[in-house]
Amino acid sequence: MLYPRIIPCLLVHKKGLYKTVKFKDHKYVGDPINAVKIFNEKEVDELIVLDIDASTHGYEPDYKMIENLAVECRMPLCYGGGIKTRAQAERIFSLGVEKIALSSAAVENFGVVSEIAGRVGNQSVVVVMDVKVTGSDGKYEIYTHNGSKPAGKNPVDFAIAMEKAGAGEIVVNSIDRDGVMKGYDLDLIQQIWEVISVPMTVLGGAGSLEDIGAVIKRHGIIGAAAGSLFVFKGKFRAVLISYPNRAEKERLFNKMYCQNGL
Amino acid sequence: MITIIDYGLGNIRAFVNVYERLNIQTKIARSADDISKATKLILPGVGAFDHAMTLLNQSGMLRELEKQVLQNGVPVLGICVGMQILAKSSEEGVLPGLGWFDGHVRRFDTFKLPLRTRLPHMGWNTIRPVKDHSLLMGLNQESRFYFLHSYYFDCSNHNEILATTEYGVDFACAVNKNNIFGVQFHPEKSHSNGIRILLNFSKI
Repeated sequence: MLYPRIIPCLLVHKKGLYKTVKFKDHKYVGDPINAVKIFNEKEVDELIVLDIDASTHGYEPDYKMIENLAVECRMPLCYGGGIKTRAQAERIFSLGVEKIALSSAAVENFGVVSEIAGRVGNQSVVVVMDVKVTGSDGKYEIYTHNGSKPAGKNPVDFAIAMEKAGAGEIVVNSIDRDGVMKGYDLDLIQQIWEVISVPMTVLGGAGSLEDIGAVIKRHGIIGAAAGSLFVFKGKFRAVLISYPNRAEKERLFNKMYCQNGL
Repeated sequence: MITIIDYGLGNIRAFVNVYERLNIQTKIARSADDISKATKLILPGVGAFDHAMTLLNQSGMLRELEKQVLQNGVPVLGICVGMQILAKSSEEGVLPGLGWFDGHVRRFDTFKLPLRTRLPHMGWNTIRPVKDHSLLMGLNQESRFYFLHSYYFDCSNHNEILATTEYGVDFACAVNKNNIFGVQFHPEKSHSNGIRILLNFSKI
């Protein structure tokens, strides 16, 4: 039986790990390699690492850092940040990364998604959509460059287009919920879930294992990613890396039986 | 000594790391000469079938690999697409596979998948051993491994299947024929269960 994936998502900024709130207020949470070592011990399902400086500042991906992370990871690693071309993607795969995430490059040029997927297979190509509610009518819109640049695209149509282009997974990231820790945007998730047939991972808002449980109960086999939940402890947000143990995970997974009867 | 074939695909370093922790020596093969000295081979892989076959054909290692595996009986373990290219062909591509197994790689039929399951088959799934074999020794029933693929190995000779996984269909996730082994999942990224498989392979 296939299980839902519970995925820590780490943000790299100025070569360190940071956690944001609504893509702002960067708080330093530690060293990337050290975090990976702890997540290894906790046997996490998968890890997402996003370099949030690369695309915004037009940097090349930091290949040395990516290699160091890939070497350390005993779990599948998805890397995103600054990837614009097939050549860059192939270089990153050669460093030992299982999946690459495209965001602004995919918004600017659908073709690059197809080009990379054609070469490496769609199972390794992830598209991350950073989504924000705009205006008073509550419409969702995709943003790039750390939430600063509206892309003029709605996430439902974009997700469909990305799947057609060859994305093997869609990560739906809510900018409004980022770091807020009050639960995922379930309406947004539902809208995307209904229109795509590739695996989906949700990010932004998880503040407790119950929030993850709520998504699993609704959708069954889904990727539930979180940043703050796995790096902060307590209301003063002390930095402490955590991850559900096997028993806690089983308890969350049991929720999917009640709704979906899988 | 485990020789990991570097033909430009797959997470070579991940295998090196696992074996380093197990205190087992590794060597990365990049030439026919490296292959000729190998006593145990890992054929890794991530990606598309034709891309894998093209890189292997261009690597200059294929003829020596076939000699060592088919004539000299050197054990080889194919991983993910490295397992799939052991078959004769794939619905994912047009190039012939190595054909070391009588089998074809097929795309999961999404019509047969239960509601709410999707392709690619991505994440942790359980494997069910159907045969006692030292490769799978020490695993619990229902052990979980990491999968990432949209095509599966349809093995013609069922007695070559070591374990199956269910995802809409029951498919062969581990196969064996003489000295040739293949696993669809990623043992190098499957924590302790994966380490167990790689350790078992080193002892075969």
